Amino acid sequence: MTAPNSAMPPSTRTPGSILRSQGPLLDVRNLSVAFPGHLAVRDISFHIDHGETLALVGESGCGKSATSFALMRLLPRGTAVAGEVNFNGIDLFRTDARALRNIRGKRIGLILQEPMTSLNPVRTIGDQIAEGLVRHEKLTWTQARTRTAELLDLVRIPDAARRYDDYPHNMSGGMRQRVMIAMAVSCNPQLVIADEPTTALDVTLQSEVLELLDSLRRQLQMALLLITHDLGVVAQWADRVAVMYAGRIVEQAAAHDLFERPVHPYSQGLMRATLRLDDGTHYSNARLSEIPGSVASAAGEQGCAFAPRCSQATEACYHAPPALVPFRDRLVACRVAVEPSEEPFRAVVGR
Amino acid sequence: MRLLSRAGKSLSRTAIQALPVVLGIVVLNFLLLQLVPGDAADVIAGESGSATAETMAALRKQFGLDQPVLIQLANYLDHLAHLSLGFSPRYNTPVGDLIMSRLPFTLLLMLSAFVLSLVVGIAFGAFMAAFARRWPDRALSLFVLILYSAPGFWVGLMIIVLFSVKLGWLPSGGAMTVGADLTGLARMGDLLTHLVLPSISLACFFTAVYARLTRSAMLEVERQDFVRAAEAKGLGPFAIQMRHVLRNALIPVTTVAGLHLGNLLGGAIVVETVFGWPGMGRLALDAVMARDFNVLLGVLLLSSFVVIVANVLIDLLHAWLDPRIESV
Amino acid sequence: MSTNMTSLPVTLLAVPAAKNGRLSAFLRQPTFVAGLLILGVVMTLACVADLLYPGDPQDLVGPPLLWPFQKTEFQLGTDSLGRDIAAGLVHGARVSLIIGFSAASIGLLIGTLVGAVGGYFGGLADNVLVRVTELFQTVPAFLLVVVIVAIGEPSLKVIALAIGIASWPTIARLVRAQFRSLREQDFVMAARSLGYSDTRIIFVEILPNALPPVVVTASVMVAGAILTETGLSFLNMGDPNVVSWGSMIGDGREMLRTAWFLTALPGTATALTVLALNLIGDGLNEIFNPRMRER
Repeated sequence: MTAPNSAMPPSTRTPGSILRSQGPLLDVRNLSVAFPGHLAVRDISFHIDHGETLALVGESGCGKSATSFALMRLLPRGTAVAGEVNFNGIDLFRTDARALRNIRGKRIGLILQEPMTSLNPVRTIGDQIAEGLVRHEKLTWTQARTRTAELLDLVRIPDAARRYDDYPHNMSGGMRQRVMIAMAVSCNPQLVIADEPTTALDVTLQSEVLELLDSLRRQLQMALLLITHDLGVVAQWADRVAVMYAGRIVEQAAAHDLFERPVHPYSQGLMRATLRLDDGTHYSNARLSEIPGSVASAAGEQGCAFAPRCSQATEACYHAPPALVPFRDRLVACRVAVEPSEEPFRAVVGR
Repeated sequence: MRLLSRAGKSLSRTAIQALPVVLGIVVLNFLLLQLVPGDAADVIAGESGSATAETMAALRKQFGLDQPVLIQLANYLDHLAHLSLGFSPRYNTPVGDLIMSRLPFTLLLMLSAFVLSLVVGIAFGAFMAAFARRWPDRALSLFVLILYSAPGFWVGLMIIVLFSVKLGWLPSGGAMTVGADLTGLARMGDLLTHLVLPSISLACFFTAVYARLTRSAMLEVERQDFVRAAEAKGLGPFAIQMRHVLRNALIPVTTVAGLHLGNLLGGAIVVETVFGWPGMGRLALDAVMARDFNVLLGVLLLSSFVVIVANVLIDLLHAWLDPRIESV
Repeated sequence: MSTNMTSLPVTLLAVPAAKNGRLSAFLRQPTFVAGLLILGVVMTLACVADLLYPGDPQDLVGPPLLWPFQKTEFQLGTDSLGRDIAAGLVHGARVSLIIGFSAASIGLLIGTLVGAVGGYFGGLADNVLVRVTELFQTVPAFLLVVVIVAIGEPSLKVIALAIGIASWPTIARLVRAQFRSLREQDFVMAARSLGYSDTRIIFVEILPNALPPVVVTASVMVAGAILTETGLSFLNMGDPNVVSWGSMIGDGREMLRTAWFLTALPGTATALTVLALNLIGDGLNEIFNPRMRER
């Protein structure tokens, strides 16, 4: 399997990224994840700079959650991984379990998708936040209690001082997700991984929670890896975007560039399938287009995984998977799109 | 506070629910026992050897056995209402006294076996879960499955052979050394050494039940999101098991433990026989043999009562383990 | 919980074939196969008992208290009266298996009926049945068996019936829970809208779907029934006309200090048979609840 990214000097890999003085905070190279009977992530590479928000976008089952868990080595036993994950120069895949535990929760925080099940139902939310502080910051439980109240206040939970002894079942979904956020940022991590942080919430709560997450990112100067299937979220909160399809990154660009001109046919399809509320379209008067077919079975396919659903696919697309290569201001994995074809490039969807 | 109010609620609810159950048990058992061929008069007369029709009738009249079944039932319920369990023709004592002299021994045996099986079972289960599907788990699982499969009383006999006959460490039967006439602490110690083997024998099967349940409950809990969240916090495996997994896993274990209390009492019958332990189980068995139905009824009633009370305690334990219960 | 670290090139992360039939799923579990084998051997011995050891195993055939392997004629020795232990074990297997399977069937039948009716109809019927179930669960099951056997007579039929009557509540609870969740499902609604009778819906539509956990529990019930019978005949309350493992343990108990093999052998036979049934139960459970295989 080819690995074009690792061969390139770092500076050319990320057109459109913000300026940085040091190396990237997180550098993922040739990551693959295999569950028994199913190859979920195939040889992907990306990086995250200090303080930036990278969104990993794709349909469910495209491997984005597997990617996020792989970064922290939280995959279930029996899962095979390959590749390199460099965090501040430490290879997370090769460091020992103890060193890894000193990074988890301290340098990297994780927010899970389902606030209903991500909190232990038989322990108070305060204890669950405080135990990270006790573990990493060497606080006593009493000190941790005070700090926890501050954190609850930071995530805008009303009456924070009194919520320490509440159990998860006393709280609404939105409140629980705030608790999860407080837990993730409790030790001032450099990176927070948020796996679909708002999917399980009411639409009205989604923007509130994301706004909170973004303001905390700025306030605490963390980087954010935002895993989502929601392009609206991406457009509003991400600096850069990596679009995943069937375990591979098919396009990677600055958020603005991607929305301006999606290059990969799959990205184009995603844009078209997204309803924009701001331009007055409504499904009743404008047909919501969708991508024909469904995510191809990941096993056994030889060529471009998207080819069977792609209107522009050529014979060559079925033979080998396309490499992710620089194209104009971004990286794209599509033979047809990057070919200096006779037809001039044209944007299919404009803003 | 929460537990206290819980205790009150649980008690009153149990009382309301238990009363019809207890009454049902009494009536059902009473009628059932009427179906048993023969009565106490037969047995007593048979044993004394002089079974004239007149003495039989006199005996029956004395114990009220000559009256119609419904009258007998009414009499029994009347006794019960006055907190009396009736009179035992066989032992020639009030049934209440008889049971009260045996009850402490049965409760002692049950309690020690229960605690032993819970503690060891949960420890085994936690160990197996920690090594799930690796060889320490497989080895202990097999051992536990053998405990689960072997008749408890037979295990009792085998440990008598080992610890009592071959090694001579522990007494093989009875509740205290005959004729030793000990007092105070020495008496206590004597009782405890006599308690060890019967407790192990009774606990075997239940240890296996709780161990298997703890293992599967812990593996189930380990798959929950909050365990992944705890790992993401950087907690070590031990802290995760103790703080996050075990307590959640104990909830189903205590539920099943409550369901098994009746079985524990049933098992005690055979184990008491093996070890000559002077408890209610043997009393019940003797009562069946002697057709002494007042005693049998009393034992049945009281064991149901023990099960009900124990379930209230389990309920409280449950409320302590699971804060969600309060809101239901 | 830590991740398996492999630095293999991705191409080597072969994706194993996920396809397999039910039968091979059964046979790929060594413990399940072991259970089947042991039970198969016990069943075969029970079937050919009369050929291997013709005549009554209660007959006094040799010198008393021979230890195992002391004489080739009596491989497993003789008891205090000179009865052949091996003959007793083989004939006892028959008793244990007959009791185990018939008692479990009776328990299954009652439990399924009670659970199905209560769970399907709900309301008053359910309430009453739940109370009755509770009542039976409050009385210690073993004591109930003892009482019922005392009412009847200590024959195999009565013993099987008694054990069945004492063991149905577990099944009833299980089946009731299944029916309560299944009765709301679409296929039941569809059957109702087609005007099928309740009886037909219960037995033809819902019951087959409710069976998997019942099947798993069934093997455990057979095991439990065998244990109960052993305890009962150990207490001398079993059928006096047949040799059973429990009565052999009871007889051997008198000689525990000197000839402990008299107790050890029939106990081992019981434990082994029950172990086989539990292995089968665990195997069935693993197959019907494949969730447990993930980790």
